[in-house]
Amino acid sequence: MRRASTLCSLAKGAPLRFLSTSSARQGPQVCVVGAGPAGFYVTQHLVKTLPDANVDIYEKLPVPFGLVRFGVAPDHPEVKNVINTFTKTAQNPRVRFVGNVSLGKDLSLQELQRLYHAVILTYGAEHDKSLGIPGEDLENILSARRFVGWYNGQPGDENLNPDLSTDTVAVLGQGNVALDVARVLLAPIDYLKSTDITAHALEALSKSQVKRVMLIGRRGPVQAAFTIKELREMLKMEGCKSVFQQDDFKGVQEFLPSVARPRKRLTELLAQAALDPKAEWLEAWKTAERSFEPIFYRSPAAFLPSSSKAGTVGAIKLAVTELHGEMSETQGVKNTGAFEDVKCGLVLRSIGYKGLPADPDIPFDSKSGVVINSKGKVKGLPGVYCGGWLGTGPVGVIVNTMGNAFELGRLIEGDIKDGTINATTARPGYMEAAKILDNKGVQTVSFKDWEKIDQEEQNRGKAIDKPREKIISVSEMLKVAAN
Amino acid sequence: MALFVKSLCRAAVRPQLAALLRSTSSTPPPACRFLSTSARLMSQEETISVTFIRADGKKISAKGKEGDSLLDVVVNKEVDLDGFGACEGTLTCSTCHVILSKEVYESLARPTDEELDMLDLAFDLTDTSRLGCQITLTKELDGLEVKVPASVNDARQ
Repeated sequence: MRRASTLCSLAKGAPLRFLSTSSARQGPQVCVVGAGPAGFYVTQHLVKTLPDANVDIYEKLPVPFGLVRFGVAPDHPEVKNVINTFTKTAQNPRVRFVGNVSLGKDLSLQELQRLYHAVILTYGAEHDKSLGIPGEDLENILSARRFVGWYNGQPGDENLNPDLSTDTVAVLGQGNVALDVARVLLAPIDYLKSTDITAHALEALSKSQVKRVMLIGRRGPVQAAFTIKELREMLKMEGCKSVFQQDDFKGVQEFLPSVARPRKRLTELLAQAALDPKAEWLEAWKTAERSFEPIFYRSPAAFLPSSSKAGTVGAIKLAVTELHGEMSETQGVKNTGAFEDVKCGLVLRSIGYKGLPADPDIPFDSKSGVVINSKGKVKGLPGVYCGGWLGTGPVGVIVNTMGNAFELGRLIEGDIKDGTINATTARPGYMEAAKILDNKGVQTVSFKDWEKIDQEEQNRGKAIDKPREKIISVSEMLKVAAN
Repeated sequence: MALFVKSLCRAAVRPQLAALLRSTSSTPPPACRFLSTSARLMSQEETISVTFIRADGKKISAKGKEGDSLLDVVVNKEVDLDGFGACEGTLTCSTCHVILSKEVYESLARPTDEELDMLDLAFDLTDTSRLGCQITLTKELDGLEVKVPASVNDARQ
């Protein structure tokens, strides 16, 4: 098989690498697909516990770090400190970062299975759920995920062009992504100016007319998915008041004594903000020009067009819901039959991310957006594993992904050590992969190349008092990498 | 103020301070660590012994100086705790979660809301849990033993 393909390479005029004798490497050859937290943490575990393993981390973009780079809000730079841990892992001589390589396009799963002893899929969840309700195709109904990509420099989201000339935005969903986008819309521009927010987003936000951001959720305060630190930030946001519907909090205080700590503190803070705000908040809210408005028990039923801007959203028809069954954190809702319309000029849908199968051979549950797996072992594909959001579903912060990735690492370590994965026969690993990629004319990006991009971004940022000015076009990243 | 802090950092060169200054957020640094006792002149000898008890039962002892945080000890002594201190002591994660004895817990100053907010997200949270980056070593803590819970919540599987 190899002869035939090298003859073909020769015919195409490719470099004469087939004369190399090192087409197979010693030790377990592992590849990871997706260079975000899950990918880096599982790699960290494997190189630590398997002293002769080589791990190649493939990444679709020229730049690593996934949601740490593209998801964490620009005003939360400390959360990104974990990049230092990942950099240490990438610099291990047995770890190779290979950027600008796409599973399914540049390399197939079958090829990876042939070249490596173990294939670990950690490419996350790149898409998001839609509501499937009438009017969803009106202009200015956007995915919060793409809005985040827009202000964080995700290639492909720079032309999102959210129309910020409206004074009212409706964010649908009440998780941390929803809070992040609300905060970015409501923060004073000075607050964002010296972060690594993209230039185009900063410009658009500096001209924004947005004054009110509603955060609309189907369920009640007790089921809110955001976390307390982010809520506290919003309550203290300069120039912004928090406006709650007191009715939404019926029964909440009575429920509090039975709740375990994390939920309890969050619910207490919410209830305090709604029913008995601190004097210092009230004082600040008096002169606030913008408002943050959490609205509970409302489920979007239809989007209604604007009467002044054809084809654009002008309002949302909301179904009024109520909880049914015993009050609990996981309680469900049902519609009451009543409806309410709220006016808004921009809608950001923040109801959850969703993964997709990058390769047709990956068994996938399209309903949940997750690779079909049992504790990380992909169904029907020995030697293929998955972790992070792609395996667990798109919920959780760094600590959760870390725990999951370490657990996956322990599983794979065990499989290699007990022979479930037969790593005694050598596999070619990157030696072969490089040939395939070279034949396809793919420009790969090494970790050192990423460091050039990193340095260039920081240099550009220095000139304008920002930690970095992100490069947002893949072709420009590749140009800097090739320098 | 920023220049003063930067010169402190050059003098002290500590992981958290360096990380804190690397992150140029326009909000004030959480926990104002550059004013912490670690910047004052204290005994520079590593005389305070701490033992970390891992979830797998293994005990690892290390020594730190007065004013070091538990995270400082883990970093400086390369204590083998995978994933500990991901955010480098900036109160933006919960990976340095440790469990203290009731006695020690009560002998320390109450945790701030900021610490509690992050602690809320830790696995296996207990009434005597703290974040290691917020516990500062004093002579009284010599011989301290802390449990480091697993970073995985098995109940979630």
